[in-house]
Amino acid sequence: MKRVKDVEHLLRLGALFVLGLLVFGIARAELVPATFGTLGHYRAKAIDDVRAKPIEHAGQAACADCHSDIVDLRAQARHKAIACESCHGPLAKHADAPGQLVPRLPVARPLCVHCHAANTGKSKRYPTVDIKDHAGDENCITCHKPHNPRIL
Amino acid sequence: MSAASERQRVNHANGAGPEGAPASERVGGSGGAKPPGLIDRRDFLIIGTKMFVMTSVALAAFENVLAGTPEAAASYNTADHWWAMVIDIEKCIGSGHCVKACKLENNVVDEPMYFRTWVERYHVNPLDMDHPIVDSPNGGMDGFPETYPDATTTGKTFFVPKLCNHCADSPCTQVCPVGATFRTNDGVVLIDKDYCLGCRYCVQACPYGCRYIDPRTNTADKCTLCYHRITKGLKPACCEVCPTGARQIADLKNPKDPVHEFLRTHQIQVLKPQMATGAKTYYNGLDGSVR
Repeated sequence: MKRVKDVEHLLRLGALFVLGLLVFGIARAELVPATFGTLGHYRAKAIDDVRAKPIEHAGQAACADCHSDIVDLRAQARHKAIACESCHGPLAKHADAPGQLVPRLPVARPLCVHCHAANTGKSKRYPTVDIKDHAGDENCITCHKPHNPRIL
Repeated sequence: MSAASERQRVNHANGAGPEGAPASERVGGSGGAKPPGLIDRRDFLIIGTKMFVMTSVALAAFENVLAGTPEAAASYNTADHWWAMVIDIEKCIGSGHCVKACKLENNVVDEPMYFRTWVERYHVNPLDMDHPIVDSPNGGMDGFPETYPDATTTGKTFFVPKLCNHCADSPCTQVCPVGATFRTNDGVVLIDKDYCLGCRYCVQACPYGCRYIDPRTNTADKCTLCYHRITKGLKPACCEVCPTGARQIADLKNPKDPVHEFLRTHQIQVLKPQMATGAKTYYNGLDGSVR
């Protein structure tokens, strides 16, 4: 009867359908990265990848651990709120291996000028000087000690 | 051995169905009995449905096995934080330390035009308030020239540090065709550099111009709010080095964060509020001329 002939067609169709489904499923499992969709429409592991990046700036607490003398020296000075790495640069590697990586001293004048050169836009309350007028070509640290810049 | 099972065995040996009738009698037969080796529509549908369901379940299970469980971060729970940045324009002196520290911390290409954060200087002439003069030589990293050539005595000048606004409803993540950029549960917009195609849609979509294509990897790049630092209890590099404290990282879900007192006592604005991006870089003293 007709019904039986149809069954073969349906079987082939069904087999094709299941095969297609399997191919789709396997392809999807292969192509969609692991952890994609667990937190949203993105790879959740990407967050861990970003977090895994090593730090370059050690942070003020790490500096103060060893250099408490400088922290004390700065305690009463105008520069007390400035982080060490603001002038000395990123030193996480030095904090990890203090003996092996000795940081270089920053070159004073260009650094001082970044903050203290008279410049349109700086608040009037902020201490600035016309560099040429103030010191000529003299290095700033001849008179001002960077950790306590007030001339005593 | 009983007679019934004996008969069944024989029937199987003959290639006939369990009911014992020869196949030839059943072909084209109507009603109850099935032809051997063939199934009717009802059985086909039942078997097909079962196979479909089982395949789907197996695939779903397989996928979960492949994905594994996301690694639980030790002592950092994204649900406990909502990160933002607070910038006090009145304190910014344009030293450019933030720009330099950002580049060193995040290994940003050391050339102009590639910045995760940069400082703009605005000069507003009172006779033409709608058209401020803006400059940002090398992102402000090397400082600013002393004055504008045409700076008048009546105008005002101020610095505006800029960075990714880490929008709660960020346009950049919405346009990404592959899900390579996203906002985390703690409110930081990040980029999956392994998955980014470099199609540049997000660079176009950001209303604040905070994204660029890293020429080394040809993928999108931007400020991560130093996610590798803030999740370890450190400040972002720019906030760490800011000599005047003009930049502050803010955890809005932490009631002990001093930023709450600052937000209570100051007039806070975001850039381009009309874009409804849910920007989370909050500015104190932001002038209306800032774009």
